Amino acid sequence: MMTLKSFDNFVESDKTSTSEVSQTDVGTRTKFETRNLCFYYSSTKALHDVSIQIPKKKVTALIGPSGCGKSTFLRTLNRMNELIEGTRQTGEVLLDGVDVYQSRIDVVLLRKRIGMVFQKSTPFPKSVFDNVAYGPRVAGERSKSHLKEIVEESLKKAALWEEVKDRLKDSAMALSGGQQQRLCIARAIANSPDVLLMDEPASALDPASTARIEDLIFQLKKNYTIVIVTHNMQQAARVSNLTAFFFEGELIEFGKTKEIFTNPDKKQTEDYITGRFG
Amino acid sequence: MKKTERDFSTHLKKRHFAGRIFKSICCASTWTGIVVLVVLLVAVLWKAWGWLDWDYLSHYDSRHPENAGILAGFWGSFWLAILTTLFTVPIGVGAAVYLEEFAPNSRLTRFIQVNIANLAGVPSIVYGILGLTFFVRMFDLFQGDQDKEIEIFLILTSVKIPLPLGRTLVAGALTLSLLILPVVIVAAQEALKAVPSSLQNASLALGATRWQTVKHHIIPSAAPGILTGIILSISRAIGETAPLVMIGALTYVAFSPGDIESPVQLVTNPQGIAKAPFDTFTAMPLQIYNWVSRPKEEYRHVAAAGIVLMLVFLLAMNATAIFLRHHFKKKLQL
Amino acid sequence: MRISSNEGRELKISKSLTDASLARDEIVKRNFSSLEKKITIFSMKERAIYLVLFMCGVASIATTIGIIYVLLSNSVFAMGGNEAFFEHVSLVDFFTDTQWTPQYAEKHFGILPLLCGTFLIAGIAALIGMPLGLGSAVYLSEYASLKSRKFLKPTLELLAGIPTVVYGYFALVFVTPYILRPIFQDLMGFSVDIFNATSAGIVVGIMILPTVASMSEDALRAVPRQLREAGYALGSTKYDVSVRVILPAASSGVVASFMLAFARAIGETMAVTIAAGQKPSMTLNPFRSVETMTTYIVNVSLGDTPAGTVEYQSLYAVGLTLFCITLTMNLVSQKVLSRFREVYE
Repeated sequence: MMTLKSFDNFVESDKTSTSEVSQTDVGTRTKFETRNLCFYYSSTKALHDVSIQIPKKKVTALIGPSGCGKSTFLRTLNRMNELIEGTRQTGEVLLDGVDVYQSRIDVVLLRKRIGMVFQKSTPFPKSVFDNVAYGPRVAGERSKSHLKEIVEESLKKAALWEEVKDRLKDSAMALSGGQQQRLCIARAIANSPDVLLMDEPASALDPASTARIEDLIFQLKKNYTIVIVTHNMQQAARVSNLTAFFFEGELIEFGKTKEIFTNPDKKQTEDYITGRFG
Repeated sequence: MKKTERDFSTHLKKRHFAGRIFKSICCASTWTGIVVLVVLLVAVLWKAWGWLDWDYLSHYDSRHPENAGILAGFWGSFWLAILTTLFTVPIGVGAAVYLEEFAPNSRLTRFIQVNIANLAGVPSIVYGILGLTFFVRMFDLFQGDQDKEIEIFLILTSVKIPLPLGRTLVAGALTLSLLILPVVIVAAQEALKAVPSSLQNASLALGATRWQTVKHHIIPSAAPGILTGIILSISRAIGETAPLVMIGALTYVAFSPGDIESPVQLVTNPQGIAKAPFDTFTAMPLQIYNWVSRPKEEYRHVAAAGIVLMLVFLLAMNATAIFLRHHFKKKLQL
Repeated sequence: MRISSNEGRELKISKSLTDASLARDEIVKRNFSSLEKKITIFSMKERAIYLVLFMCGVASIATTIGIIYVLLSNSVFAMGGNEAFFEHVSLVDFFTDTQWTPQYAEKHFGILPLLCGTFLIAGIAALIGMPLGLGSAVYLSEYASLKSRKFLKPTLELLAGIPTVVYGYFALVFVTPYILRPIFQDLMGFSVDIFNATSAGIVVGIMILPTVASMSEDALRAVPRQLREAGYALGSTKYDVSVRVILPAASSGVVASFMLAFARAIGETMAVTIAAGQKPSMTLNPFRSVETMTTYIVNVSLGDTPAGTVEYQSLYAVGLTLFCITLTMNLVSQKVLSRFREVYE
């Protein structure tokens, strides 16, 4: 579990509020940066001028009441919102300093570098092996032995290998809810992304499975930048290094998790955390 | 990992290219069907050009293609449509109402549903065999050279029902009714299912019986959908040929059922209306088939003219059905 | 005294209590009778209506029984004093004899030529209708914009609404002389009969295209959105998602649509009668004239075959075979479809 000491070992860019225009620490510390990001569902504005810097190899939690735009924000990072008709955005989303919404960027490539895990686990109706191997396969990996390696490694990283190593050919639909979600994590890892985006990954699971997922996240952050949306504040407090509080499409406050939860700057943040609304 | 970014990029280009080709293939498949449709319609129109005129509509079949007309077929189809509707609507809607509103969720009910789905897939010619044996010949029960008759006296005239039914319009209509009954039942069921349950609950909560709820609220609410389904089914029945061939609808016919040859005579000749259903007959698709089978080249044009006429009717019926569906949908949404 | 007055009061109380409870019982009884079910004219009318509706529902079962009975009559058991078909012709001969010549002096009743013709045409129809139908379904469900769908879908439905005689006419008058003959006879040197299986097969294929397209599209759309999203999030192109995720997930729905369409192709009558001719032959050459089960039934009834003869009864035997084949395919297709629906609904 996290100690107070480990809390201190982290990036300088804390407590970035929306009014400050900060210099981008390109290439060394920041993985994602958004600048004045606005997002529209047809005519409804869902995100207002969100500017944030998400650091590398840390866990950043996005919290806020339902409908505040945190999932929408997450999905702008890997351009998943484009699958819905009538959406558009203004502003910039930078991955390692590169604007991902430029027309010259290949969105397929982008999504390979960013892994996503959804709220409801969505295994394909295929075998466990084929699920995990899907990403590499579509990317062109043909060698069977190589695929086996990748699958085994990903399942190990997702802490699922021991449970399924004898059942690789079985249908993924036969796994339990918690196992399916870890399978989805393994599937995302198999693409060797740099980033893992998680949209309320444990909200549909029982407490035991939730605890396992949280442990997993703790392990994974050594190698991946993780952004996790959660409505469970205790989870955010347990798992993340930084927390961003969203409200009605705006980024209200962003900083070290410990400080957000014990000594928030804005009153709205404090109200939400103490349960006065949401 | 082992694959470099560059390998992935070139492979990605290939993937995108393959994706574009796949999209084109699927698009082409869709448009092939439409192109064939257009070609078919144009071809038929071209062959029928100059042959579809008022003479054609008002003459009977003839040994000379120039004089051949579709009058008999038109009236035959007309009577068939009316009689089929008369038979199908009560039974079809009744069955749908029973299955949707009254039937318990028992094995019998499920069996009936499966049965209806199967009946929808039975080839039309098997229905023809059924019609031939059951309606036309009535299992040869009334064998003998003396055709019995039942006479029913109505106000203006009497109705003579021959037994066995023989190759009459009634036999044809009954056969076609059986053919489209599964389709009508399914369509009516869909329409009934679409009625919101809040409506039913409100009615029942006010103390209405099941039947009162159905009669006053559910059927009126589902009526547009049921009507649409009926119109579409009848239009299908009009195009059917095989069952009519089986029951022996005649192919060279130079009279109209009940001797009613024009819409005016519908009013002036009530005896004809009583006689018509029990007359022998032909129908539009059947005449078309007959013309196609004749060796003379000119008959191809005559057949094409009949096809155009029939397609116009079907189009009109389908358009009416779609218009009604649209119109009532708007009305109910207010 | 106290006791007695208590007793007296008790008695009074208990009496008034009994009175009260009696009165209460009366009220309850009255209430009950106002709610009690009674037999009235009104309720009898309800029951009568229920019965009528029930009969309508059962009418479909009567139809099925009628069909089975009729097909078995004249073929398996005798009617009206004649011998049944299978009493004249043994089952073995029926299924193994390679000639079907009921109208000749030397009568053969082997159904194989008819089966051959039926499946040859249905096979060609499947080769055309299934790929085109599936391709249309994929395009409509995955690629087409909303505006295109509004136009394309109803137009494809129109194909299904055209009567079969029209298709037969089209096959005979256009497909054979203007498409098949120029390509295969003039260009490639095959000999193409006027009546041939290919023109019939092509046209029946177009007829079943809307069925395949519509049912397959429903199956593709039934695949939940989350599965598509998961596919995209893993760095798939649209082609990857459509072919590697959605089609496999919808496969049983698609297969059910194929089976249903194939059953329809087998049962198709008029287009085949017009386009393929009436000469039964055991051939795989698609350019020859063939006779199918359905065509044969039509021909017998158009002709002058008197009732009660073996030729007439062969009609029923062939009808029975046709019915069994299509029924089996329909049942299997429904089973597959219901299992598919279980997964996604």
